[in-house]
Amino acid sequence: MEKDNRPINVGIFDLLIFKWPFAAIVSITHRIAGVALMVVIGFGLYALELSLSSEAEFNELKMMMASPLGKIVTWGSLSALAYHFVAGVKHMIVDFGVGETLESGLFAARAVVLVSTILIVLAGIWVFQP
Amino acid sequence: MVSQIISFSRNGVADWLVQRVTAWILTFYTLFLVGYVLLAPEITYDGWHALFASTWMQVFSILALISTCAHGWIGMWTVGTDYIRVHLMGEKAEALRFIYQIVCILTLVIYLIWGIQILWGIK
Repeated sequence: MEKDNRPINVGIFDLLIFKWPFAAIVSITHRIAGVALMVVIGFGLYALELSLSSEAEFNELKMMMASPLGKIVTWGSLSALAYHFVAGVKHMIVDFGVGETLESGLFAARAVVLVSTILIVLAGIWVFQP
Repeated sequence: MVSQIISFSRNGVADWLVQRVTAWILTFYTLFLVGYVLLAPEITYDGWHALFASTWMQVFSILALISTCAHGWIGMWTVGTDYIRVHLMGEKAEALRFIYQIVCILTLVIYLIWGIQILWGIK
C-alpha cells in the first residue's frame, strides 16, 4: 500500500532540515489549535453544565473562572478558538477562489496571524482586567 | 482501505463538504455566543438560563454540537492518517491509528451525549 508515488509525510527529523515557509507555520498552528480545541470542548461542556444547573453552581463557576488558574484556562481556550476561527475563515475565503496564488497565500497567512494576535490580546485584556 | 471505511462519509469530497458546512454552522454559533457574552450588560443566571431554555437556542446548540462532532472527527481523522503511518513508525502504526481513531470517536460521541443531556436537563 505504500508502494505508490503519492506524496507522504516526512519523518520528524526531516522537519529539522527543511525550510519552514510562513504559510506552512500558520497552517500547522491551525491544526494544533484544532486538536487543542478537542480538549477545550470538554472544559466548555463542564462550564455549561455548571452554569445551567442552579444559581449556586452558576456562581461557583464564576468564582472558578475568576481564579488565576481559571483565567489562564479561559484565556488559553479563547486563544485556541480565536486562532482556529480566523485561520478557518481564511480557508472559507480561499474556497471561493480568493487567495489561491503563492503571493496571496502569504498575504492571507500574515493576515491570519495579525487578526488572531489582535483577538488573542483583546481576549487577554478581557479575561485579566482587574 | 481501513482508512476509507473509518472516515466520516467514506468519500473524501463528501468529507470536505461536511467539514465546510459544519464550519459555517460553528462560525455562526461562535459569533452568536461571543457576541452575547460581550454585549450583555451583565450575565446573570436567570438570563443565561432563559437563553438556553428557549427552543431556538436548544436547536441551535444541538446543531452546533452535532457539527462539532462531525467537524472534529474529520479533523482528527485527517491528523491520524497524516502522521500515524507505517513509514513513520513501523508496522504497529496500523493498530495504533485504529486505537487513536476509536478514542477520538468515543470522545466526540461522549461530548454529544453529554451536551444533549445538559441542554435537555434544563428545567
